[in-house]
Amino acid sequence: MRCVCETTRAFGLGLLLIPAAIGMAAETTDKAIEAIRAVGPQGAGNVAASAAVKSLSQGKVDDLVPILAGFDGANPLATNWLRAAFESLADRILKSGGELPKDQLEKFILDLNNSPEARRLAYEWLVRVDPTATDRLIPGMLQDPNAEFRRDAVARLIASAKALKDDGKDGEAVAAYKEALAGAVDDDQVKAIVEPLKAAGVEVDLQQHFGFLTIWKLIGPFDNVNLVGFEAVYPPEEKLDFAAKYEGKMGEVKWTEAATKDDYGVVDLAETLSPFKGAVVYAATEFVSDQERTVQLRLGTPNAWKLWVNGELLFARDEYHRGMQLDQYRVTANLKPGRNTILLKVCQNEQTEDWAQAWRYQLRVCTPGGAAILSADSMETTSR
Amino acid sequence: MTIQRISRAAVYGLLLGASAVHAGDWRQFRGSDTSAVADTEAPPTKWSANENVSWQVDLPGRGLSSPIIVGDRVFVTASSGYRQERLHVLAYDISSGQLAWERQFQATGRTGTHPKTSVAAPTPASDGTRIFAFFSSNDLVCLDLDGQLLWYRGLTHDYPNVSNSLGMSSSPVVIGETLVVQAENDSQSLAFGINTATGESRWTQERPKKANWTSPIILSTDGGQSGVVVLQSSTGLHAIDPLSGEVKWTYADGASTIPSSVAAGGIVYAPSNGITAIKPLADSAGPEIVWTTGRVRPGTASPLVYNGKLYTLNNAGVVVCASLDNGDVAWQLRLEGPFSGSPVAAAGYLFAVNEKGMGFVVKPGESEGEIVSENDLGETILCTPAIADNAIFVRSDSKLWKIAAK
Repeated sequence: MRCVCETTRAFGLGLLLIPAAIGMAAETTDKAIEAIRAVGPQGAGNVAASAAVKSLSQGKVDDLVPILAGFDGANPLATNWLRAAFESLADRILKSGGELPKDQLEKFILDLNNSPEARRLAYEWLVRVDPTATDRLIPGMLQDPNAEFRRDAVARLIASAKALKDDGKDGEAVAAYKEALAGAVDDDQVKAIVEPLKAAGVEVDLQQHFGFLTIWKLIGPFDNVNLVGFEAVYPPEEKLDFAAKYEGKMGEVKWTEAATKDDYGVVDLAETLSPFKGAVVYAATEFVSDQERTVQLRLGTPNAWKLWVNGELLFARDEYHRGMQLDQYRVTANLKPGRNTILLKVCQNEQTEDWAQAWRYQLRVCTPGGAAILSADSMETTSR
Repeated sequence: MTIQRISRAAVYGLLLGASAVHAGDWRQFRGSDTSAVADTEAPPTKWSANENVSWQVDLPGRGLSSPIIVGDRVFVTASSGYRQERLHVLAYDISSGQLAWERQFQATGRTGTHPKTSVAAPTPASDGTRIFAFFSSNDLVCLDLDGQLLWYRGLTHDYPNVSNSLGMSSSPVVIGETLVVQAENDSQSLAFGINTATGESRWTQERPKKANWTSPIILSTDGGQSGVVVLQSSTGLHAIDPLSGEVKWTYADGASTIPSSVAAGGIVYAPSNGITAIKPLADSAGPEIVWTTGRVRPGTASPLVYNGKLYTLNNAGVVVCASLDNGDVAWQLRLEGPFSGSPVAAAGYLFAVNEKGMGFVVKPGESEGEIVSENDLGETILCTPAIADNAIFVRSDSKLWKIAAK
């Protein structure tokens, strides 16, 4: 049996070692997070990340927020690895009778500098242990960068507006719907707001709300018989000269103006030009950005397409007639301050079925969360 | 999990060590060997929303993937959110239906689909120790049986044009140490052989540029542990060595892009020109065409071989029984369609659940088939049933059921 002084000495030594142990643990956590953030395409880094997730999932409650912080700037694959590490650890803590750090999670959620996806993950685990967090947090998230938070906030306002309407408080209901519309980015919610507003005599400019690009210059048709046009480089891809004339599929072609009045910004090429088959049309427009910024261009089309911004090819896809949806494709684009040129190539094939006659597109500019970004030049859309 | 099931699994586990063979597992789309037959199981032949339901649980999202069963757990996938971007993998205790764990991920690929289908369309697969959950967004998640993430791939993240605007549904198959994934569409059409341990690609192959919703099948002589994987597409069939991706043989007379082939007795019965029976030859460049019949045309549901007969469900909801020898039709039996899920077989019966949630139990005979029971769960069901633990497992967009005698 050791004497008291030995025990005391050992205890003192233990106290001295605790900060060192904490430091080592933190270093281990940081290294594990870095290993996960290093994952890349083709399974690169999977083996190291797998060991790191296992290590993190056996960690302590203090590791939860650092794991969330690791989302910042991580690629989409890495965030899923980090999500798994967080959930495995949080799950283990709760099942073993432990508690989640509610205050730290809430602080993390409220800090808009943190990753929107990590904030949402923190929230979903916070409400498991503190259901009151919903009423406390969601009402303030109408303009949140995270689309799920916005959706929750809008849903509450829609419910509130309906209740006001049912109580005969029409004026307050309209005000609530208008407030909801300010945050709504999902089409189902927008429709649920616009309809009662319209019934109340309030018109909503959907083109402006979603940020559709509505004024275009069109040129075509160029040849796409046997699908040759998708890969063919026609003159507008080499140089945008709106005064130029070119030899097209059926003779000389030149740029023409087109403006759509469709609420959802649909430009119907078959209707605007002619229902050509085996044809290519180019559509060009300008977008004025008040700053250098990264945006999402969201495209819907049932046709094959290529998209350029300021001459840089951003994406190309040769799929025909598999449906058209709002926000069907999301393409990240970097805009420069001032005028930015957007060029879209829309290809029609030669299918003869009724459902294969569609030749159309819609394009909007928005944030990663889906909120409209409008051109700074008020002449750029019909809505302003 | 029944005591017998635990004991059986334990004995197999002791005998085979890490290979983790659980007798009676249903590990992937249409069963562990992709035959859709579970002949050692005896599920009930009558049920309803209130009868012979061992348990039912609410699911957090949509899906038409089949449940799979590994040991004492039932695994199922789902997708949720306005854009179906949240991917769920769930594990339930097979005896109680209690949730063992859930893991969620954020889709890295496109999540738009036709309204009828959803992002959780492909059925997950398992090698007995790992779960491989695949989604229409081409996110591929590998977890251990306790929910620990082992690896993650984003196939559309890696190949941005691997997607289908109507949604994808091909279910991966695992054979040996390779997971075979078909991600085929009109644009960037690829198949992958994935190392089950690391998630890295053993091989990647260009595939026909045509939307394809069929699933690979295993052509094996040892119950699915080894053999070749048959990839079906609009151009026909390619038999692939799973480790190397080497094409062993091809059949080039076209095939359906919706119902998948089935293999039995070393012969592939492919939805091609009706049904074509294809026999690989050991020393030949091409397989032997045993027979072709245009009188048997499967609809969405994939064909089934059971007790020496071929069964298909056509788009009119008619079961057609045909000879394995020559494709001659023996009998037909009208059920009520439409069917999205494929029929499965056990204990001398065929089981097929239509889109309205009506489960048909059919007793097939030599000259006719008999509807034994019609069993209504009252919800839209698009999945293919799974059979294990003397039970039928089906799911809707909101529920998972274990149908078993109490």
